[in-house]
Amino acid sequence: MGTVILLTLTGLGLAALYFLVASGLSLVFGLADVLNFAHGLFLGVGAYGTWWAAGNLPGAGSDGFGFVLAVAFGVAAGTLVAILVELVLIRPLYSRTIEQVLVTVGLSLAGVALLQATWGADARPFPRPDWTRQVTGILGAQVPNGGLLLILAAALVLGAILAFLRWTRYGLVIRAGVENREMVTALGIDVRKAFTLVFAIGGAAAALAGALGGVYFGTVSPGQGGSLLIFAFIVVVIGGMGSVVGSAYAAVVVGLVQQFVNYYGTSGLGDICVVGLLAVVLLLRPQGIAGKVATA
Amino acid sequence: MSARSEPGLRAPQSRTEEAQLEPILNVEDLSVRISGLHILQGVSFTVAPTGVTVLLGRNGVGKTTTLRAIVGLTPPAGEVRGAIRMGARSLLARPTHRLVRGGLGYVPEDRCVFAGLTVAENLRLAERRGTTPAYDRVFALFPELDRRGRQRAGSLSGGQQQMLAIGRVLLNDNRLLLVDEPTKGLAPKVVTEVAEVLERVAESVPVLLVEQNLAVVRRLARDAVVLAAGRVAWTGDARELLLETGLTKSLLGVGSAEVRAPSARSELASPAVARKDQP
Repeated sequence: MGTVILLTLTGLGLAALYFLVASGLSLVFGLADVLNFAHGLFLGVGAYGTWWAAGNLPGAGSDGFGFVLAVAFGVAAGTLVAILVELVLIRPLYSRTIEQVLVTVGLSLAGVALLQATWGADARPFPRPDWTRQVTGILGAQVPNGGLLLILAAALVLGAILAFLRWTRYGLVIRAGVENREMVTALGIDVRKAFTLVFAIGGAAAALAGALGGVYFGTVSPGQGGSLLIFAFIVVVIGGMGSVVGSAYAAVVVGLVQQFVNYYGTSGLGDICVVGLLAVVLLLRPQGIAGKVATA
Repeated sequence: MSARSEPGLRAPQSRTEEAQLEPILNVEDLSVRISGLHILQGVSFTVAPTGVTVLLGRNGVGKTTTLRAIVGLTPPAGEVRGAIRMGARSLLARPTHRLVRGGLGYVPEDRCVFAGLTVAENLRLAERRGTTPAYDRVFALFPELDRRGRQRAGSLSGGQQQMLAIGRVLLNDNRLLLVDEPTKGLAPKVVTEVAEVLERVAESVPVLLVEQNLAVVRRLARDAVVLAAGRVAWTGDARELLLETGLTKSLLGVGSAEVRAPSARSELASPAVARKDQP
């Protein structure tokens, strides 16, 4: 029983990480038709931004309010990079899919190389509050606090994005744009502003994933974003392009499948099962769980 | 058939005095090429500053392409040449949202309401900062939209969706409305309702209408522009056109009996020219 609960909660922790990365990817693809392979870079910037701030930013540190400040710095850095990427690299290339893919793939490679060149290829210990290293007993399972923090953060982000989509003017524009972008412009709305906004939201969520993933794993390394991104893409496809709620469901399914199969089967089998799941979903329901609607 | 509009084909006495005022829209030598297809080949016509000007022609002659070129929605792979002017202002190469904010209202083919949003949200999307949305005007024309505010637009009937698509545009003041096949696929009774609404709308704002239903054309249109094979084949008084059996037959492929039939849902499409306007 304890094992099942532990696996469920660590699976959900993994799901939280996937969701934080996938939600932005999904919105960006749903609204702007951009497959952003550089999304992992935002995660890396968030992680390294937090790590750097904890050591160098006055007032920031690895505990208490200082840690919150460090994470806020990391998230701000990730958001800023996402906005810059959209404005400078993606905007001139809308509706040119091949060029976009090339640019974002290139950017993700260059970004990782830049992080390596600056801080080295080796994993660095991540500054984190002491309580995140400890475990909490839940129904007989010893669950790492870092995972619980991730689950909590993902739930908050999910709630915040849904509230934003549901209640704000820009949320309305994004939901409408995911459905029919051209018609949004035909109503007199500059949809490109919404593109930038969606990149910013996605960048912020991914950077938060980077910071909290650092807490969860205890280390930060340049390649982290890339491996997470593959599973985030799978989550986006299973969940349905453009659907935040779909991404949330899909992240939970993928996280749990991976965790349980890796534990009860052979290690690594879980990853294969996830790819199998992707194939099944594509065959039976190509539009994903939630289809192409930014549900709120 | 002559490719350009010949002066001889124009009926000079048919233009009313009003229509001789400065046109609201000038289209000059408009050519549109989309992925190798030369869809429009030098189209020129004007839209009168009042009333309804109807754009006619068989399927695939480029009516929708013309409207989309005017509102700046030619696909990125497409190439547009010529001139489109509203007053002194050139509309070409300006982004769609600017054109629309400048007073060009566009009601697309197939309505294109946002199916996942509620009726109220569809309308709210059309609101603009700095102006007061004219909900009174919209709800006076379409009380149904007020009552169904919380319903998802995707669950509306075709007629209601058309009302929503028109209402969305009427929320703001427009200098010209572009309306693409508003009665397509609607039941005869609803067709009449839509025609009535457009008749009232056209009292205050000029309309460039694409319409296949000749009964609706007869009721609404004052001027007609007929396209054939990517060029203007005829321009002049709409009623004149519909009275000329030979003309309607050669240009639109229908006889006048179909025009006169009260519930005429004329299928102008002949199977040989079933190419869609848009690729």
